[in-house]
Amino acid sequence: MLVQNLAVLVLAGFVGFAVISKVPNTLHTPLMSGTNAIHGIVLLGGLIVAGLGAQSALDKVLLVIAITFGTINVVGGFLVTDRMLGMFKDRPNRISPDRTKR
Amino acid sequence: MTRDVLIQLLYIVAFALFIYGLMGLTGPRTAVRGNWIAATGMGVAVVATLLTPGMGNWWLILLGVAIGTAAGVPAAKRVKMTAMPQMVALFNGVGGGAVALIAWVEFRQSAGFAHEPTYVAVASLFSAIVGSVSFWGSLVAYGKLQEIVASRPVGVGKLQQPLNLALLLVSVGCAAAVVAGADSSWLIAGLLVSAAALGVLVVLPIGGADMPVVISLLNALTGLSAAAMGLALDNTALIVAGMIVGASGTILTNLMAKAMNRTIPAIVAGGFGGGSGTAL
Repeated sequence: MLVQNLAVLVLAGFVGFAVISKVPNTLHTPLMSGTNAIHGIVLLGGLIVAGLGAQSALDKVLLVIAITFGTINVVGGFLVTDRMLGMFKDRPNRISPDRTKR
Repeated sequence: MTRDVLIQLLYIVAFALFIYGLMGLTGPRTAVRGNWIAATGMGVAVVATLLTPGMGNWWLILLGVAIGTAAGVPAAKRVKMTAMPQMVALFNGVGGGAVALIAWVEFRQSAGFAHEPTYVAVASLFSAIVGSVSFWGSLVAYGKLQEIVASRPVGVGKLQQPLNLALLLVSVGCAAAVVAGADSSWLIAGLLVSAAALGVLVVLPIGGADMPVVISLLNALTGLSAAAMGLALDNTALIVAGMIVGASGTILTNLMAKAMNRTIPAIVAGGFGGGSGTAL
């Protein structure tokens, strides 16, 4: 089980390296924000640990906070990325005709 | 059994969507769509996880998701365009915080990983340290960009580097003691607190101009901690998504530093001792 998971880990690492080869400078911040939303996957960890048994009151409180944090990371991350990218939307129409910088 | 297979299949759909979405995010024309494709992948992964046999404590889950949505949506909708970087820092920080909290609960529930394989203890404690560093580091980054904390480099001078090293050694030492079989809540507390102090002290001396690169670095770290948590929980979705972010985040951090004519070591170390190289 561990060996299989390590294989998946290494392969996923190479996928991550490969995906980001050339990125225009203007997309650095949205891309950072997008990957930030994806590591909101930690929400799943909170769901599993909470769902499969949290007995003591302290565990329950900690897990509710963890799930809250994970949800903020996911929901906020994707929405903020979308808003950032919204700034790029009207750029081709407005800027390419008069050939302003970029 | 069949339900386990269904969950794994849905996870595979989720990774495919994450990877395809990320590829979209690297190009200006496909970026908006790429973001929503990745978000769809996240939805699939969450639904698949909720199908796990034996899930309970639904009210805990609902409560957490409801509070998180109520806090996250308005924060993301209302934030000013100029305040975006610190918002990303905050979202990144809570992700790291979630990892650290889950590792803490794992420690408590398994009585110090006494009956768990060694790799579970190692992966959980790694994710606890990195998650805690990321949470507190991101909070300082947020504070600096929001000008709650002074945005100029703040440090303790020549003591900075030995102090950071000492904090790192304390947290790794606590982790090593737990792995060796000591079960004490003081150890996990010591680990989380020293990692927290390390996160604060590493980011505090870095100037505001370099902050986006630092946030990107912390983002990659949170991804790595999520991947480690995935190893501990035997959850492929966490391993794949966490590691993709860890790897792509590292490359992206490098690209961002290059675009500013800086190197990552110069930025992280720039505030450490001399600070003469800090471009402000």
